Amino acid sequence: MIRLQNITKSYPTGSIALDDVTFSVDKGEFVFLVGPSGSGKTTLFRLITRDLLPSSGSIHIGQWDIVNLNKKHIPHLRKSIGVIFQDLKLLKDRTIHENILLPLEVNKADKEAALQRVEQILETVGIAEHKDKFPIQLSGGELQRAAIARALAFSPEIILADEPTGNLDTTTSWEIVKLLQDINKAGTTIIMATHNTDIVNSLSKRVIVLEKGKLVDDKKKAETEKHQKEKAA
Amino acid sequence: MKTIKTSWKQIRRTPYQALTAVFIMMLTFLSISVFSFLVFGSSVVIKYFESKPQVTAFFKDEAKQSDIDQLSSNLKQTGKISKIRYVSKQEALQIYKEQNKNDPLLLDLVTADILPASLEISTEKIEDLGTVSDALKSSPYVSEVVYQKDIVSTLSKWTTAIRLIGTTVIVTLALVSIFIMMMVIGFKVSQKRDEIEIMRLLSATNWYIRTPFMLEGIFYGGIGTFLGWIVASAGLLYATPYLESFLKGIPLLPVSPIFLLGLLLAELIIAIGLGIIASSLAVLRYLK
Repeated sequence: MIRLQNITKSYPTGSIALDDVTFSVDKGEFVFLVGPSGSGKTTLFRLITRDLLPSSGSIHIGQWDIVNLNKKHIPHLRKSIGVIFQDLKLLKDRTIHENILLPLEVNKADKEAALQRVEQILETVGIAEHKDKFPIQLSGGELQRAAIARALAFSPEIILADEPTGNLDTTTSWEIVKLLQDINKAGTTIIMATHNTDIVNSLSKRVIVLEKGKLVDDKKKAETEKHQKEKAA
Repeated sequence: MKTIKTSWKQIRRTPYQALTAVFIMMLTFLSISVFSFLVFGSSVVIKYFESKPQVTAFFKDEAKQSDIDQLSSNLKQTGKISKIRYVSKQEALQIYKEQNKNDPLLLDLVTADILPASLEISTEKIEDLGTVSDALKSSPYVSEVVYQKDIVSTLSKWTTAIRLIGTTVIVTLALVSIFIMMMVIGFKVSQKRDEIEIMRLLSATNWYIRTPFMLEGIFYGGIGTFLGWIVASAGLLYATPYLESFLKGIPLLPVSPIFLLGLLLAELIIAIGLGIIASSLAVLRYLK
């Protein structure tokens, strides 16, 4: 599903955000991406969505060769990846309903179908009663749900969640993780970047550890490989 | 429809910037209209003078009709003549009477005998005037040759100058318009850069992002052009009675409504082009 091969990303200033990172994620996996601030988690997400290009290496998302992807195909790629941004990136002058409708609107989806889809997602993430409110009127957890809802608009195959529990209390954080787990159970591949060790340790999921741009650990990789072999057999 | 609504919302939310953009476009297209009138008008005036008898040869009293006919026939054979007309002494008197009908004192003093017969000659090309004039002067029956070379060449110089000044002013104003529109739209783009970034990350195509700004540019261009054209055309219509008495005899006024509508259409096309260029440049760096 997602395959990164020897990815290095360096900036003109000379700083290296990612250094020779190689890993792959299978369809339907739930992966935690952990590491301290500046370890390259957000850069990795930006590379996957082709918001940045790597300095070297290759990235494949399904059938897409991200490095050699023609610019005109970028919108198509981004439709297949839902992103929950660290800073949420909700438009302050639009209601929650309008924010969730936005990706459908920019892709000129059928109006009726789009409205129906938004109602359905609002129910799924549990903020239907807040749909006519503006972001400033919502709590942190509700805003996070709104961001998740927007990422779900196209029923993407992949969701990249960048610190979705970053500013939330423990209870709300768990609610968000539970929601992401439910989405994952429905077949969506999820990569969640987080600092929250409690959540990572409590769930039996694959954990990729980044440090100063290097992949230093890929826990449960062995188990995953074993699982794959069994599946193939 | 949604894109048009978005553009209209952007315009409504910053009315003073919109007014600035419309005003500068109006100035540009007012200038274009005025210079178009001048260039068109001067071309008609030149054509008028070119089609008028450009060389007039006055004959001595002893010149016989057969001598005049012979000279006229010789001139026709050169192939340089577009029109030649004989004006007899009687006809000259009629013309004189018509020109001075409000001054009986002048009419009393003049009879057909003291007015000379003449030939009024137009040439195909203005540069042949000199040759024709020399040929007439060399005839023993001709007393005086008058030709309007100076008028036409002066008018030609004026028209060239108007075209040059007009083109310079129009190009300068068009550039100023593009820069001001770029500034106005660029400011709005900069205000919406977060929204643009979000839309790009949410898989919006560059065209989706660019289109409302382009429509905004077209709106400023279109409205500015229309207002500029209205002001220029109204000014022309207002001045028509005064100009008609000044340009008596020249078939220029009133200006045809088809010409005015054609000018509006051409200006709208230019304005749309300017609007698209300015808005595309303004939004360009946010779409890289």
